[in-house]
Amino acid sequence: MSLAPDTFDFVATLVRQRSAIQLEKGKEYLVESRLAPLARSAGAANVDAYVRTLRANTGLHEQVVEALTTNETSWFRDITPFNMLRNTVLPDLRNRGSRRIKVWSAACSTGQEAYSIAMTVKDHHPDLDLSIVATDLSEEVLAKGRLGAYSQLEVNRGLPAPVLVKHFVRKGATFEIAPPLRQQVTFRKHNLLDQPPMGGPFDIVFLRNVLIYFDVATKRDVLARVRRSLAPGGYLFLGAAETTIGIDDTWERVHEGGSSVYRPREGK
Amino acid sequence: MKALVIDDSRVMRRIVGGILTDVGFDVVEAGDGKEALDRLEEHDDVQLCCIDWNMPVMTGFEFVVEARKRDEWRDITLMMVTTEGEQNQIVRALAAGAHEYVIKPFTPDIIIDKLQFLGLVEAKETL
Ligand SMILES: C[S@@+](CC[C@H](N)C(=O)[O-])C[C@H]1O[C@@H](n2cnc3c(N)ncnc32)[C@H](O)[C@@H]1O
Repeated sequence: MSLAPDTFDFVATLVRQRSAIQLEKGKEYLVESRLAPLARSAGAANVDAYVRTLRANTGLHEQVVEALTTNETSWFRDITPFNMLRNTVLPDLRNRGSRRIKVWSAACSTGQEAYSIAMTVKDHHPDLDLSIVATDLSEEVLAKGRLGAYSQLEVNRGLPAPVLVKHFVRKGATFEIAPPLRQQVTFRKHNLLDQPPMGGPFDIVFLRNVLIYFDVATKRDVLARVRRSLAPGGYLFLGAAETTIGIDDTWERVHEGGSSVYRPREGK
Repeated sequence: MKALVIDDSRVMRRIVGGILTDVGFDVVEAGDGKEALDRLEEHDDVQLCCIDWNMPVMTGFEFVVEARKRDEWRDITLMMVTTEGEQNQIVRALAAGAHEYVIKPFTPDIIIDKLQFLGLVEAKETL
């Protein structure tokens, strides 16, 4: 079954306005497959019919936008940024005299990133006093992060077994993040198109694997806001396929051990 | 690179062996812990063992304990691949000398991911 063109246009516009996520032509299948469950539970005949009801019912818009986010994430994603956090970034902050480290995990999805940061600090810099603000557009992923309970399949992937047994408590079929770590992370709803969340300025911002969904103008806007949310000398981590280069030259890239981290250039 | 897959299920040996072959291992197999010790005697170039827990004759856990007594095998990476997922079992296996622990059911990604952590296959950054 194929989607009516005006259905796709309506959804693409809605999603772009609310989240800046770009749904290009050719992504009809994505709209179809992500909205089919919503259509079904709303009792609509198909996605086209469901989307027609959206035009009148703005109350449903949020869940449509959420349904079109991609929440793929993992523990210690790509590994190298976490090595750099441990070996370079945290030692530098410590040398500059900060014991209290504030981190923003932006577009955090279901929390694996934030908890991976917390585990890194606990295992390698236990004397640091860490607090993490983890934000996302989607309430659904935030709820899961807050709960901090993951299935066996989810913990099997990306978590070294020694880390798993140290920082999780098994409860029936799920593994729960141990309370000391969970207490360091505050999950909050936040749209990257808005001003940075409360809790800053941040020493470290993780903004990984989300800029890829935005157009260049939005990337530039988001990076400018992130820059303002950083404490002096702060650090920004981007995803492996993302960079500030060619988008916003107020950042300096520090490359090390197969990974990069960005810092605001002096005087810009 | 050579890997030893230890499982009493032939199907499971084939699945795990297939994943390892795809990332470049030569695979040898054993149906229980005792047989696995024999394989290690025969092949002095095994770098990785994937080990089921519950097997007849000698369990995977007993195998780990035995293997860890042998100095010449201390560089071999030992990874449990088992349905036993109780936390205290994971802790026991790690304490006995296993490096990693995969709970069945698993997907090829999970195994490959662990091998990356262990430095046995090259890490790739993901999108
Ligand atoms: C692929 S996940 C990345 C998760 C994690 N940062 C990582 O690297 O593994 C992208 C996340 O961005 C969120 N997202 C997309 N657009 C957003 C926006 N405008 N504001 C806040 N979050 C957004 C999605 O809900 C999704 O959870």
